Amino acid sequence: MSRTVCVRGGTVVDETGERRADVLVEDARIVEVAPAIEPPRGATVLDAGGCLVAPGLVDLHTHLREPGGEAAETVESGARAAALGGYTAVVAMPNTDPAIDNAAIVRDVLALGTGACADVALAGAITVGRAGERLAPFAEMAALGVRLFTDDGRGVQDARLMRRALEYAGSLGVVLAEHCEDEALASGGHMNEGAWSSRLGIPGQPALAEEAMLARDLGLVRLTGSPMHFLHLSTVGSVALLRAARSEGLAVTAEATPHHLSLTEESVASYDPVFKVNPPLRTAADVAAVRGALTDGVIDAIATDHAPHPVEAKEEPFESAPPGMLGLETALAVVYGALGRPGGDGGGGPRCTAIELFALMSWRPARIAALDVTGGHGGPVAPGARAHLCVFDPAARWVVDPAAGASRSRNSPYAGRELTGRVRHTLLAGEPVVLGGEAQR
Amino acid sequence: MTPSATTGAARGAVPVRPAPSAPPATAAPGEASPGSRPASPPRRHLLSVADLGRGGILEVLHLADSFAEVSERDIPKVPALRGRTVATLFFESSTRTRLSFEAAAKRLSADTMTFTASTSSLSKGESLRDTVETIDAMGVDAMVVRHASAGAPHRVAGWVGASVVNAGDGQHEHPTQALLDCYTIREALARRRGGDAPDDFAGLRVAIVGDVRHSRVARSNVLALSALGAEVTLVAPATLLPPSLEGWPAVVSGELDPVLAETDVVYLLRMQSERMQGSFVPSLREYAARFGLSRERAALLAEDTLVMHPGPMNRGVEIDAEVLARSGALVTRQVHNGVPVRMAVLFLLLGAAPGGDGAAEAPR
Repeated sequence: MSRTVCVRGGTVVDETGERRADVLVEDARIVEVAPAIEPPRGATVLDAGGCLVAPGLVDLHTHLREPGGEAAETVESGARAAALGGYTAVVAMPNTDPAIDNAAIVRDVLALGTGACADVALAGAITVGRAGERLAPFAEMAALGVRLFTDDGRGVQDARLMRRALEYAGSLGVVLAEHCEDEALASGGHMNEGAWSSRLGIPGQPALAEEAMLARDLGLVRLTGSPMHFLHLSTVGSVALLRAARSEGLAVTAEATPHHLSLTEESVASYDPVFKVNPPLRTAADVAAVRGALTDGVIDAIATDHAPHPVEAKEEPFESAPPGMLGLETALAVVYGALGRPGGDGGGGPRCTAIELFALMSWRPARIAALDVTGGHGGPVAPGARAHLCVFDPAARWVVDPAAGASRSRNSPYAGRELTGRVRHTLLAGEPVVLGGEAQR
Repeated sequence: MTPSATTGAARGAVPVRPAPSAPPATAAPGEASPGSRPASPPRRHLLSVADLGRGGILEVLHLADSFAEVSERDIPKVPALRGRTVATLFFESSTRTRLSFEAAAKRLSADTMTFTASTSSLSKGESLRDTVETIDAMGVDAMVVRHASAGAPHRVAGWVGASVVNAGDGQHEHPTQALLDCYTIREALARRRGGDAPDDFAGLRVAIVGDVRHSRVARSNVLALSALGAEVTLVAPATLLPPSLEGWPAVVSGELDPVLAETDVVYLLRMQSERMQGSFVPSLREYAARFGLSRERAALLAEDTLVMHPGPMNRGVEIDAEVLARSGALVTRQVHNGVPVRMAVLFLLLGAAPGGDGAAEAPR
């Protein structure tokens, strides 16, 4: 029996533009996009009045914690959190236990994603066990569909090893993604180094720890000709380096997180490790630079770095708690407030149109991870396309309650905050996995 | 217990109030329950010198004057906190600070409990929150917390009903050390100038020398000394200064010698040998040569310059043993004054009458 869904009353937003239209979905595909569609008998009608109807969001940077960290998150719970946040695809990071560094583990984790509320793609590790010593078998993982490789959580410290990795990856058509952190410079630092770390007595890590590795890697891209993606860039200096690399024409892409464009290091004054993250929250000037780079296209995409930790892990002093924040369920509202909403919390800073906003969160990340080709993610919202849809109500106001979310963890830095804008419905290949803000399975 | 019984036992006119949850005279001491704790006294915790401000600092110092007098008695004890329990929670070991707090609590007739990391359940994997909530559940009125991580006492304060006193948190603050240092300076100035101890350090030049970067003592002292009006100079190589001094009420000197003749107080910080591993200085020898208060350097000091150190000292590194014999050397006095100052802090946090104005009557 076929399933028909009609999304009525919204404004469709995709790469081709923005227009008032209803969307008719049959089974997994969009069959019609038109101003006023009379739903066929038996169709499920979804109210999208006042909403933006966009291609489902794609997260390049999600920690699903499985295998090994099931107390914090599972593929199932993380994918449900993703769906609630309007995501239809996520790329799970390989810093699990054991690390995702060979074909057998790739197969296991992909199997866990079957039937999840969002499509789950995997990033593989660059080095065996993410130990930074020898190359992981890229080809056997690439054969199973792995497109991105990263030791995320750590940068590859050895420049020669990184050079070899780039050279070897080049012929496989895969992309290496770097967590830029020079460990010698960052060593022992738990927050951004500067006025706040000095005052709070928390050892800091300088912005240079990120920038030094980014500068090295840009040189390696120039040397090897292999493309690279840069994870969670967060500083004025990183933006300047990337801007120069772009004008030079280097084959690089980059992402920034919702928290690095909405929170500053001042939050750490509470000593609450819910504000501990890596790279650390930076200064207001860094936040402004990251926002600017997102609005002018120097940074391609927004990625959550959704990093669940069990409650007890954060019930420790700041310096002993692990870094990481939840992000999937709040990302769109936070980004919309920072960059999209007129009069949002961006102050007088640059603002995005709806098209630019969903570019950052849907079709550009989909292309970086090749999820446009492999899963039909990123749109367009047009007949024949796979029906991955995010229906976002930009006027809805809600108070973030991590306990009410789908994640198994609670470490949201936005807990208790009121956000404007909320995902109303999410369709994964035509199936309404979120209806009226509630997960359906 | 009645106010007259209080002062009677104290053999004099120490103007302290009965314990806040003091039971009727017929009841035995110790019947106070945590439930009778005042709902929201004006100052419940001491986490940072910044919590106190100038007024709060002076309140502690004035109260410490009367507790110092108590300490001179044959029986140096008042019943001000009888029936209350003070727990010292030392997640990082520090015998001298713990003993000083315990002496202060005992002289106020509080019961004391001790928790140290080596005897704790931390090795069994218990979280900080579980540990302190367990102790809180035993009915503790104050927790004196020392921890190797900055902000640990702030976290504890958010989890427990007890008052929390920061006894040193990582590289952040050590408020009672700064208070006892201000008390000691004030006492020395009074002795030198005659008359009452001054409440204003305007014009007083203080040089804090050494590893400011890693020092909780320095952070608290910069705040406390500047709040009282002193002019603070930090003397250290750039490696031992905080990465940013934005907003710090202090100036910086990279050399000690030019500062020495121009200062009223030299405050030497402890130089830890593990700093050599981080290449903060090439060697203790070179550090001592540039920043140690040697006999030769001490000769550059004015005769009445005060010399202080929070201890424990590395003799021959930060300070030469002979310099400690100078009339202006206050190191022993600092330790001595720690007890009445901590009595004042505990009393101000715990000695408030329920529903009352919270603050103890100032002795004068």
